[in-house]
Amino acid sequence: MSAAAPPALGLAEDKLQTARPASIWRDTLGNLLRQRNAVFGGAILIFFVAVAVFADQIATHGPTTVLIGVEDGAKKLTPPCVHLLGCPESQAEHYFGTDGNVRDVFSRVVHGTRISLRIGFLTVGFAIVIGTLIGSLAGYAGGRLDNLLMRLMDVLLAFPALLLAIAIVSVLGTGLLNSQLAIGIVAIPVYARIMRASVISIRERDFVTASRALGESSMGLLSRRIIPNALTPLIVQGTLGIADAVLSVAALSFLGLGAQPPEAEWGSMIGLARNTMFAAPHLVLFPGIALALTVLAFNLLGDGLRDALDPRLNR
Amino acid sequence: MTRFIIRRLILSIPVLIGIVFVVFALARIIPGDPCIAALGERANERSCAEYAASHGLDKAIIPGIFRVDGQIEIRPAEFPATLVDNQFVLYVQGVAAGDFGRSLKFGLPVTDLLMQRLPATVELTLYALTFAIIAGISLGIISAYRRNSIADVFTMLIANIGVSTPVFVLGLVLAYFFAVTLNGTPFELPPSARLPAGVVVPALATVWGLEGLQGPPRAIIDFLSNIFTFNALVRADWGLLGDVIRHMILPALALGTIPLAIIARMTRSSLLEELGLDYVRTARAKGLRDRTVVLRHAFRNALLPVVTVIGLQLGGLFGGAVLTETIFNLAGVGRAVTEAIGSRDYAVIQGFTLVIAIGFVLINLLVDLSYAFLDPRVRLR
Repeated sequence: MSAAAPPALGLAEDKLQTARPASIWRDTLGNLLRQRNAVFGGAILIFFVAVAVFADQIATHGPTTVLIGVEDGAKKLTPPCVHLLGCPESQAEHYFGTDGNVRDVFSRVVHGTRISLRIGFLTVGFAIVIGTLIGSLAGYAGGRLDNLLMRLMDVLLAFPALLLAIAIVSVLGTGLLNSQLAIGIVAIPVYARIMRASVISIRERDFVTASRALGESSMGLLSRRIIPNALTPLIVQGTLGIADAVLSVAALSFLGLGAQPPEAEWGSMIGLARNTMFAAPHLVLFPGIALALTVLAFNLLGDGLRDALDPRLNR
Repeated sequence: MTRFIIRRLILSIPVLIGIVFVVFALARIIPGDPCIAALGERANERSCAEYAASHGLDKAIIPGIFRVDGQIEIRPAEFPATLVDNQFVLYVQGVAAGDFGRSLKFGLPVTDLLMQRLPATVELTLYALTFAIIAGISLGIISAYRRNSIADVFTMLIANIGVSTPVFVLGLVLAYFFAVTLNGTPFELPPSARLPAGVVVPALATVWGLEGLQGPPRAIIDFLSNIFTFNALVRADWGLLGDVIRHMILPALALGTIPLAIIARMTRSSLLEELGLDYVRTARAKGLRDRTVVLRHAFRNALLPVVTVIGLQLGGLFGGAVLTETIFNLAGVGRAVTEAIGSRDYAVIQGFTLVIAIGFVLINLLVDLSYAFLDPRVRLR
């Protein structure tokens, strides 16, 4: 085939198209909006994203500001005080109270939204990129390489996730970045498996063979033909994976392996508050609720997306 | 069926070797000199050379790959000579003989520590799993049977919230509620430890007069003896049993809630699928009672995916045990791991990770094998 042929043919193919088929994305959105759970999850998520974006405006204090000397009569472990709800005006207003270091818990929870959302997206993003690479390589190459890579993935999956993450962090050293990396590594096999299955099922389809015959390179095939077709399960799993990642990184931070004080990360806030729990339950309650709601939002949205993208369920 | 079992057994061997290798590799990646970590101030050139020789650290890590002064060196020429004579083979031999190294913090062989700590974790996991299975399956059945009723919506709401609530948040909230809010009521529950202060559990070996016994049989008896529920049951010590259960309720609730939610959801969807099938209609048309149709006919067939999910939950339970034991002050494997992290006691972390991962694989192997008994289709394949 001459070098000039493929683009010419590709052009002809485009011209032949008369009407665009209904967009899968518009279909999906319609299906998604019909699901109460998913809408609820989406609403919570939008709320948290807004909180994260406007954290500086919403927070009443700095997330790490120690209020001793800044505010009159600031005391540690004061319970929540909202003037509108009957808290005496003489007392300084702290919606969620103050913590053991005399910091405003509300401001810390608000700023924690930023950290947790970033953790979720970055960790899962990392896992998806590496997982997709490994999965497509395995699916595309087949044979021994496929076998080797997938057995390695099996081994990673065989560990209880949190325990493997702890073992990895113990080697890498503690810190938010390392714990994200650990949770990301632990999550890779799931995406690698999805990608490999998609590649294998799509590799031999006619439209891929056609593209190959038209002279498309391997990378082009992968990025333009195969990956788009594997996106659906990746998006569903990714959304659910964010819930998992937020939870797991918070768990590592709770154990003191992730975010380090004074960073306003929910898991580490709860971990620090553990010993004063019986005197000041609000220190656990508010970051705990924020964490659970964030995870719930991604779980509901992920479940909804799975149903919305599954053609068997609505046609 | 024998072929199915043998095939499944053979397939799990590479995974087990892989697990050992991953843990071994993690141990060799750790930055810093293992000799200085082990000997501390006593580390000098001579003692370190002795330490390296006695622990095989001067050998190749894996065939052809060495670590010299913290740097990885690849020596392809030495590949054949180090094929068997390398650290990985030594490690596997050690693990096979039950030697996981020595804990620096606890001053004990990791194996001994494991035998001390594992019973509490096993006990906690069993309580949590029992709670999750009984409550999860019941809720799932009710939910599927009364689809779209208030009971269904409410159950699924609880399941969604349950699956999203972190173990450590739920644990702390439960501890506060049952120990502080309900303080002084009959529902008050202890928020920490396995037993009330001052209660001592007699060792079964002593009770049975087997103190002279040595070796593995003694280890097994000591292990079982440290599972307090078992201990109380075989000695018919109902007071102790009550104490143990009261101390286990909160940790089991905290740890079991996520699996409960997952099991309930799986039971519901699996049972709904079965209830829509023809044989269910036939059974109903025959005039069988609803109860019989749902529980005897549909539920049995819906059980298979539920069993799979239960097996997979064990991994989450072992991970969650780390958090639960930390919150409720239970001297189990999980808390040993968190304590070990604080003191960089790598041998403990790796030994425990390895043992729990291997246990997880073996349990899932058993789950797979149980299909053969649950589902005749697997048996015939």
